[in-house]
Amino acid sequence: MSGNVLLQMKNIHKQFPGVYALKDINFELRAGEVHALLGENGAGKSTLIKVLGGIYEADQGEILIEGQKVEIHDVLSAQRNGIAIIHQELVLVPHMTVAENIFLGREKKKGTFVNQDKMVEEAQRLLDTYQMNIEADMLIKDLTIAQQQMVEIVKAISFQSKILVMDEPTSSISDKEVAFLFETMRTLTKKGVGIIYISHKMSELEEICDRVTVMRDGTYVGTETVKETNKDKLIAMMVGRELENYYIRDYQKATEVLLKCENISDGNMARGASFELRKGEIIGFAGLVGAGRSEVMKCLFGLTKKYTGKIYLEGREVKITSPVQAMKAGIALVPEDRKLEGIYKVQSVKFNSTIEVLNRFIHGIFVDEVEEGKITQKYIDMMDTKTPNMDQLIGNLSGGNQQKVMIGRWLATDPKVLILDEPTRGVDVKAKSEIYAIMNELVKGGMSIIMISSELPEIINMSDRVYVMAGGKVQGCLSHEEVSQERIMHMAAI
Amino acid sequence: MKKVKTYFKDNLGIIAAFLVLCIFLSVNPETRSSFFTTKNLFNVLRQISTNLYLACGMTMVIILGGIDLSVGSIIALSGCIAAGCVSRYNMPIAVAILIGLLVGLAVGMFNGLVISKTTIPPFIVTLATMNIAKGFAYVYTGGSPVRVVTKEWQFIGAGYIGPFPTPVVILILVLIITAILMNKTKLGRHMYAVGGNQQAAEFSGINVAKVKFCIHAFSGLMAGLAGIVLASRMYSGQPTAGDGAEMDAIAAVVVGGTSMAGGSGKIGGTIIGGLIIGVLNNGLNLLNVNSFWQYVVKGVVILLAVFLDYIRNKKTK
Repeated sequence: MSGNVLLQMKNIHKQFPGVYALKDINFELRAGEVHALLGENGAGKSTLIKVLGGIYEADQGEILIEGQKVEIHDVLSAQRNGIAIIHQELVLVPHMTVAENIFLGREKKKGTFVNQDKMVEEAQRLLDTYQMNIEADMLIKDLTIAQQQMVEIVKAISFQSKILVMDEPTSSISDKEVAFLFETMRTLTKKGVGIIYISHKMSELEEICDRVTVMRDGTYVGTETVKETNKDKLIAMMVGRELENYYIRDYQKATEVLLKCENISDGNMARGASFELRKGEIIGFAGLVGAGRSEVMKCLFGLTKKYTGKIYLEGREVKITSPVQAMKAGIALVPEDRKLEGIYKVQSVKFNSTIEVLNRFIHGIFVDEVEEGKITQKYIDMMDTKTPNMDQLIGNLSGGNQQKVMIGRWLATDPKVLILDEPTRGVDVKAKSEIYAIMNELVKGGMSIIMISSELPEIINMSDRVYVMAGGKVQGCLSHEEVSQERIMHMAAI
Repeated sequence: MKKVKTYFKDNLGIIAAFLVLCIFLSVNPETRSSFFTTKNLFNVLRQISTNLYLACGMTMVIILGGIDLSVGSIIALSGCIAAGCVSRYNMPIAVAILIGLLVGLAVGMFNGLVISKTTIPPFIVTLATMNIAKGFAYVYTGGSPVRVVTKEWQFIGAGYIGPFPTPVVILILVLIITAILMNKTKLGRHMYAVGGNQQAAEFSGINVAKVKFCIHAFSGLMAGLAGIVLASRMYSGQPTAGDGAEMDAIAAVVVGGTSMAGGSGKIGGTIIGGLIIGVLNNGLNLLNVNSFWQYVVKGVVILLAVFLDYIRNKKTK
């Protein structure tokens, strides 16, 4: 259902000191279509969006809206031209109401004072139009992430925006919420709004998108109609070559049980989960957001002070009450939220790589810098991390390389059990494949891996066995031969 | 060698500002004869010593993402009590010094305890202890200075070891200890980690509470030391001593390039920051600038020094 051409970006060039961020990009959006923008991290998607949104100004090229050439110098002129961007990190004010946020900067006034009642009334009307179950006088901080996204969408609509950009909107919401989001997007496109949709999740393209434009290294690769293309072709376009073995996994005969957990509960989200892990296998944990998967792992890693249940490691019961104890027992956990729980942004790759193993090179007041460098280099090589040098600030690396440093940091503790919580979130396709290859090597070397992931294809293709969780409990276990998306979803939805 | 190079590169702005200041004072006809003399330079160093003791603790607290407002009041409290120990109770000077240091340490430990066990912001906690410590200093002294007539008492603040003023020798020791703590120990790494990303530090198995406690205790100890040195130099413990000293310490740290957001900063920067403020004070006195105007000039120079690095960082990004 595509109509007239709504937006054209022609021959866009953008240079930063030392980097050519965008080279001759062409992009077209029709009214009523959802147009996906696809590319690895660093391909230039965000830069292009920032040019459209007025955060950056293009060096060359022109932007046409409904055939008219427009000048976009700043955020305000983008808004005036009907462009609204919903960023990955939501930018609402947490301590203000939904209505106040929607009308932020253009408050309804009665004389010199803000007319609160009118704002709430109008906001509510908008919310109700899209059947969003949100009260306009609620505080943003009391809403879920998904609800906050809805508020952002309503805010965009209230600007009479014709062009809506959504940057990875589904990265932190549950499947049910995704369904509602897609429903809302369809309602919008029926009204003639054009949506530019950025996502790493291929599976979403088929469901919601009409066309897809692929970018690579700041250049335009091509535009395809979703119905007439396939995943392999798109990946090839993104990566620039065919990825023959995207998932790399050599299955081997599982041996003795290494870790056994019984009835793990934290009194909140984890409610009696039981599972076991054998030496040299990868077990996947599937489930919806809020199923309690991360919470169980936090118990296992000593981050939850009070848990109940039993943990057996190599047949012996262990009590783990702190991460230090977990590491001593041979358990490592690469956390789910890299930015929040993982990296020290203002510190170097070296600092970030070695923070868990300071004992190996700091003796009292003597620092063995050679050893420190050796440890860092070992994991840079092992993970094939792309960094100019080990003194580079980790914040300057791409998401994929940051994740490699994170995994390397935990591997340095020589774990027997490596827990990876969403190991490929926000990681580009190529780095993903590299991470899978490393996981495969690790288990071949005798390590055991627990992987939590919300990407079903990843779970299915990488795991020896898949545990499905819902409501804080393990609902079932599927072997590599039995597993399928349908069976997982059947168990996960209760 | 590489480290020296990066040190100059990182602190280019403030080192330049510092050199310009020194060159100006060395060639200006009004100050040429008085500034570049051993006596004056030692005098400057003696004056900035106490500020830099505080700044050592403050650098670490700020890297941790916090702030310590109580150090100025600790100067008053530890100085008064140490002076009292000598003049009122006739204790040996070494014992009095030890007690003064312990007073500072105790207040710092109290700060650390509250900050590590609760989520009350360090600003609020130390604002409270700032008032409490100041109050105790007044209560103890009744508002008037505690004079010390014992001659040896002056050694630590006004004396010399060889040709060097005692506070400067202490300063060098303190700087070495701080540099080692920050760069060569696990506590130092953990401090950068907690200040950079507390949640990640918890995932890394770092004992966040312990790190916070130790560093606030260290900051208190440094303030206790500053209090004793100052009381020795003034021959008396004064409840008004150290008024506003926390602000000079914060200024030295911030001019030295430590980010108030936490997670990054170096002691080398703080040293230059302290030197700039010290030489500036000295220069303004030598130039006979009206003391009211001195505040204005000081404020402008602080802003300029920080601004230079801001522009440089913006360019490199």
